[in-house]
Amino acid sequence: MAFIEIDSLERTIGGNKILKGIDIELEKGGFLVLVGPSGCGKSTLLNAIAGLQQPTAGDIRIDGTSVVNLHPSKRDIAMVFQSYALYPNMTVGENIAFPLEMAGTPKENRTKEVGAVAKTLQIEHLLDRKPAQLSGGQRQRVAMARALVRKPRLFLFDEPLSNLDAKLRVEVRAEIKRLHQNTHATIIYVTHDQIEAMTLATKIVVMKDGIIQQAGTPSEIYNTPANMFVADFMGSPAMNMLPGTVTADGRGVALDAGAFTLPLATPLTPGRKVTLGLRAEAIGAGQSGFGVTLDLPVEIVEPTGSDLYLWLRLGKALVSARFPATVEQRPGAIQPVWLDLNRAVIFDTESRERIVGAAQEPALAAT
Amino acid sequence: MSAREMAISTAAGPARWSRVVIYGLLIVFALFYLTPLFVMLSTSFKTLDEIRSGNILALPAHPTADAWGKAWGSACIGVTCEGIKGYFWNSIKMVVPAVLISTVLGALNGYVLTKWRFPGHRIVFGMMLFACFIPFQSVLIPMARVLGILGLSNTTAGLVMVHVVYGLGFTTLFFRNYYDTFPTELIQSAQMDGAGFFTIFRRILLPSSAPIIVVTVIYQFTNIWNDFLFGVSFASGGSSPMTVALNNLVSSSTGVKEYNVDMAAAVIAALPTLIVYIVAGRYFMRGLMAGAIKG
Repeated sequence: MAFIEIDSLERTIGGNKILKGIDIELEKGGFLVLVGPSGCGKSTLLNAIAGLQQPTAGDIRIDGTSVVNLHPSKRDIAMVFQSYALYPNMTVGENIAFPLEMAGTPKENRTKEVGAVAKTLQIEHLLDRKPAQLSGGQRQRVAMARALVRKPRLFLFDEPLSNLDAKLRVEVRAEIKRLHQNTHATIIYVTHDQIEAMTLATKIVVMKDGIIQQAGTPSEIYNTPANMFVADFMGSPAMNMLPGTVTADGRGVALDAGAFTLPLATPLTPGRKVTLGLRAEAIGAGQSGFGVTLDLPVEIVEPTGSDLYLWLRLGKALVSARFPATVEQRPGAIQPVWLDLNRAVIFDTESRERIVGAAQEPALAAT
Repeated sequence: MSAREMAISTAAGPARWSRVVIYGLLIVFALFYLTPLFVMLSTSFKTLDEIRSGNILALPAHPTADAWGKAWGSACIGVTCEGIKGYFWNSIKMVVPAVLISTVLGALNGYVLTKWRFPGHRIVFGMMLFACFIPFQSVLIPMARVLGILGLSNTTAGLVMVHVVYGLGFTTLFFRNYYDTFPTELIQSAQMDGAGFFTIFRRILLPSSAPIIVVTVIYQFTNIWNDFLFGVSFASGGSSPMTVALNNLVSSSTGVKEYNVDMAAAVIAALPTLIVYIVAGRYFMRGLMAGAIKG
């Protein structure tokens, strides 16, 4: 039995099904990231767990007991809101102490615990200030301190980094990761940013239109996406998608993009419409295993400092390829590339589901 | 020199003239509106002889506060000759609880209508808004009946109740619009932190409500203090509020018409609202603007 169990959860608002039967399990100490485009229902799901919105059907169990009929304050859950939700009329110290005060903790214990948490998050010098006098990153830290001080059995984060600038976002992200490593807290975290999901999670749940698309570890999600939506949504640049038709001998795919036929590692039914997914790092300089070398014209050169991304013309399609930053290339030149087809993911174009996975593993996606 | 300053200096001629016109007009209008107050004040410090013989706009030749003393303590209203002081306290006893109760209830209503929405909250709010549009006169008789049933006829408590009921529509409207822009996440956060309905109201919402409280208090204070119709209808004799007493004082037509006493009494009657405006006026404008922009 998992620590957190969400069982065919549904929520309907005015005839609209926002959540269409969500099943999630999370172990104690796990870091679950709910990720998906806006409007996919991830925030609704988080609010249902918090108790701020009632589900219309299904169950949420924490440590074996159902919490759906419990008031938010009785669930022993702390939440960090997107806007931080710091009480503007209270000082930072009073803000952090507020949940303890509500729980009836004596004053001297409160001061002690607030001090301890403030020390962990390095905000001791801010305790007497008002939230309005803090920067975005400091407010974020205060909000986390207020959640931490209660020592709840579950933390919820609702897009906590989306109000920070890019540099600060990376810093606070690392801090959240460190916090999780040090405290072994159980965390459910909502974001629309796939990089946040990949870096933080021990388990990712990708959602779209109120349905779970795939649940798994970051590497499962990245390497063996369950369908074309997940493949496209996770990873930057997005996975290259090359639609085509399986050849008469079943051992190749004739690409729709142009006069290329790529060999298949696993034979498929001839004539089947499939889409071949290849990550940018599966297209590059190396030459090993099962694959094919093509000479492709360079259209765009994107140096990122650490890597060099080339956008190459493949018939009618444009594919991204990752090279070491040391490679020098100009638009218009011809670049020989190795397509590592062992790492290709094959989807059925019709159903958009994965047929053959990169690592040839059984369908992990079915979780 | 900034571009803006340059623009002003090159256009100095026309700009200065428009200034002169603007200030000239403002001064003329200010004088126009201040003249009645000036006449009231100067008359109240004159003797009756001077009023009869002199110019209405002239300053008092021998200023005396006798009329003020008389208005406060010994002028005859009806058959009693104890001045308006008793009625002044009547008004205070009416206005303070009425303002406090209607403000607190309005705040609670606004809180519920924005942060604890229930099915049909729009209809309830619409009906409360409707209360703002009911003319005073149309509720006089039903209200008198209700007060009679409750045994509150001719009492200050009854008058307080009338003003609370009548003011609730306005105070609810003010607070609802103000709280509508208050972040709901703060309420949710406090809920998760374990705060209940009233704790959230007292600890989170009220401390951030100063501007709208000031607006509501000024609005309610002015309206209730200046009310004449409810006062004259639901309280009589010794429990009349200030406004009714002032009317009785001025219209008592025994002997000489003492304009100086009338004027002094009128200024005394207007003083509390004036003080409230001077003390809290800054916040009043700010609060109104906040409501106007965000609401």
